[in-house]
Amino acid sequence: MTLSFGMHIMEGFLPLGWAVAWFGLMLPFLYLSIVRARRLIADNPRALLLLAFAGAFTFVLSALKLPSVTGSCSHPTGMALGAILFGPTAMVLIGLIVLFFQALLLAHGGLTTIGANVVSMAVVGPFVAYGLYALLKKTRLPHWVAVLSGAAVGSLATYVVTALQLALAFSGGAEGFYAAFIKFSGIFAVTQVPIAIVEGILTVLVLDLLWAYNRNEVESLKDLRTGGEQA
Amino acid sequence: MKRNIALMGIVLLLMVYAFLSNRGAEFEGADAQAETVIEEIRPDYQPWFEPLWEPPSSEIESLLFALQAALGSGFICYYLGYTIGRKKAVEQSR
Repeated sequence: MTLSFGMHIMEGFLPLGWAVAWFGLMLPFLYLSIVRARRLIADNPRALLLLAFAGAFTFVLSALKLPSVTGSCSHPTGMALGAILFGPTAMVLIGLIVLFFQALLLAHGGLTTIGANVVSMAVVGPFVAYGLYALLKKTRLPHWVAVLSGAAVGSLATYVVTALQLALAFSGGAEGFYAAFIKFSGIFAVTQVPIAIVEGILTVLVLDLLWAYNRNEVESLKDLRTGGEQA
Repeated sequence: MKRNIALMGIVLLLMVYAFLSNRGAEFEGADAQAETVIEEIRPDYQPWFEPLWEPPSSEIESLLFALQAALGSGFICYYLGYTIGRKKAVEQSR
């Protein structure tokens, strides 16, 4: 484990009960995600390319270990782009694929902890990102502010949940839940603050490019998501 | 455009600041620190599963991470290039 420079919960580091519980919690979201992805592609075969684009964005971002003000490293999740384009459920499948790849080939995260890591990164992250984005979009704030805030807070939420998962699993020992949560938050969430801002900015930049050259397709997805009457 | 350049500047500043404000820090992964905390609060905890395979060295690990980033950015650039070309073609045919 000494090699790994990761920020997901490490292989074998969740007691069996918790590992199973988080895996179980992941399953219904995974089901929704598969339904969502199939429907997207059935309705609009071109969406497959954009879905792959969102996956590729996640691939790149989760390979970028960035330095943080805490003197340690973490990486962005890249989940917000796809959540904003397709709605949050679409990202569960993509998150699972990325985490699986990293657990298998990079000893980063783990197979036993994949349920917990999917819930934090590919369920809570996209839902928070999409929720805040949708909320801010209704205000008078510029669109890019909504995107940036959604992506940044979603990324941060992922690591707050990671801290919560570890605190829940390990608070039975020398320290209570609250003290443990503060400790793990200090590691994961605080480190993530500047990186979450970077993630927000990168999401704005990439969405800008998509918007500039491919506006029709991106807009048609939005119509699909809200029911598809206009599409 | 100006806004995007300013945003990119912020990214750069955040990264540089992280280094400058932590001279001599190790910049290890957050998960390695979490292991230390787990050992502190639950010294008896033994990880019950080992990664099936680990990259044999940090060189191989960085190779795999570089590959991951390269594949991702390869597809991103392919797709953006494709949409840029398609947009131009549509505009010219009008």
